[in-house]
Amino acid sequence: MVRLHLLALLAKEPAHGYELKQALEQTFGSAYPSPNIGQIYVTLGRLEKDGLVRAVDVEQSNRPNKKVYYLTAKGRDVLMTWVDEPTEGPRVRDEFFMKLVLAPLTGIADRMALITRQRRHYLSLMSDLNDLLARTPPADRVAMLLIEGAMLHLQADLDWLERCQEDLA
Amino acid sequence: MSAVVKTVNLVKIYQDGALPVPAVRGVDLQVEPGEFVAVMGPSGSGKSTLIHMLGGLDARTSGEIWLDGQRVDTLSESAWALLRRKKIGFVFQFFNLVANMTVGDNVELPALLAGASPKVARERRESLLAALNLTDRAGAAPAQLSGGEQQRVALARALANEPSLLLADEPTGNLDSRNTRDVLRLLSDVHKQGQTIVMVTHDARVASLADRLVSLFDGEIVDDGRIARRRTRTAGEVIDLR
Repeated sequence: MVRLHLLALLAKEPAHGYELKQALEQTFGSAYPSPNIGQIYVTLGRLEKDGLVRAVDVEQSNRPNKKVYYLTAKGRDVLMTWVDEPTEGPRVRDEFFMKLVLAPLTGIADRMALITRQRRHYLSLMSDLNDLLARTPPADRVAMLLIEGAMLHLQADLDWLERCQEDLA
Repeated sequence: MSAVVKTVNLVKIYQDGALPVPAVRGVDLQVEPGEFVAVMGPSGSGKSTLIHMLGGLDARTSGEIWLDGQRVDTLSESAWALLRRKKIGFVFQFFNLVANMTVGDNVELPALLAGASPKVARERRESLLAALNLTDRAGAAPAQLSGGEQQRVALARALANEPSLLLADEPTGNLDSRNTRDVLRLLSDVHKQGQTIVMVTHDARVASLADRLVSLFDGEIVDDGRIARRRTRTAGEVIDLR
């Protein structure tokens, strides 16, 4: 998926790898980890091989040439298809639910203990998000929205945990 | 230092006609000074009954309740009322403000009832209203305020007598995110200043401010442990952006 993120950034303007990394960091703020530079270069290499971007060498004094990438027409088509189609797939993965259903069958764990431990785990995540939100400058709207989204997901997880407790315990 | 709250084998059985309905079935809970305890559990698990008994709003069927080292479950209703004025602050989901008093007076009254001097009570009122961004609403009647504002007033009122124990039952039940933020900030601040808090809530953001989580199920404590502080650096650990 980093492929499409990079295509989107290149649709704005041609850039070299490090500029793309910086653009991701500036857009998503501290709330989201941006990929490391190696991953960006590997992805750009693959995009180039697939004909979605092209690179030109730009000379620099006293340093090796840098490669500036730009979007091809084919790359723009792929990007537009991604943007235009509804986003498929599950919104969350839930490994915990599998444990909750399967573990008691084998006698290796008790549902009540699984649920209460998981509840405390969610709350400690939530507590971290509270701290993160407090440290995020309110002007950083993208980061704020992302943290608030994460909080709402956690709240839903906790509500579901309670439903599981009512029904399964 | 002795516990702020201690219960011993606390039981509450409601009578539904001929049918006894146990709501709380033998709870042993001890809360130390400065602790913030969140109580969670499905509806019907006995959370509200427990917290009402701790505040003397509901009589226990059997067992003991101790507050600041004093046994209180045996007190008369009037003795409970006196004790509440001095030692307990209570916030409910529905705010129960005095309708014919101004917002400011609603906050100031509990401090006066607890025996603070008029000067101290006034200072307390002003600092609490300021902390909750309510200073310019001090002269209004509660009915002129939004639900969220009224809930903030209710929290200010509960803290006005500098209670040994703050009890809260779903204090953010009806709040939008901005009001919740103000309530969260004040709770977090007073907790840092050493306020002991026991709170029933479904709201994960509020619960996550607590040091400790007590889970109730069917009137019994099924889990009691600390909420660990980790170091999540990014929302990416919860939302996987593709």
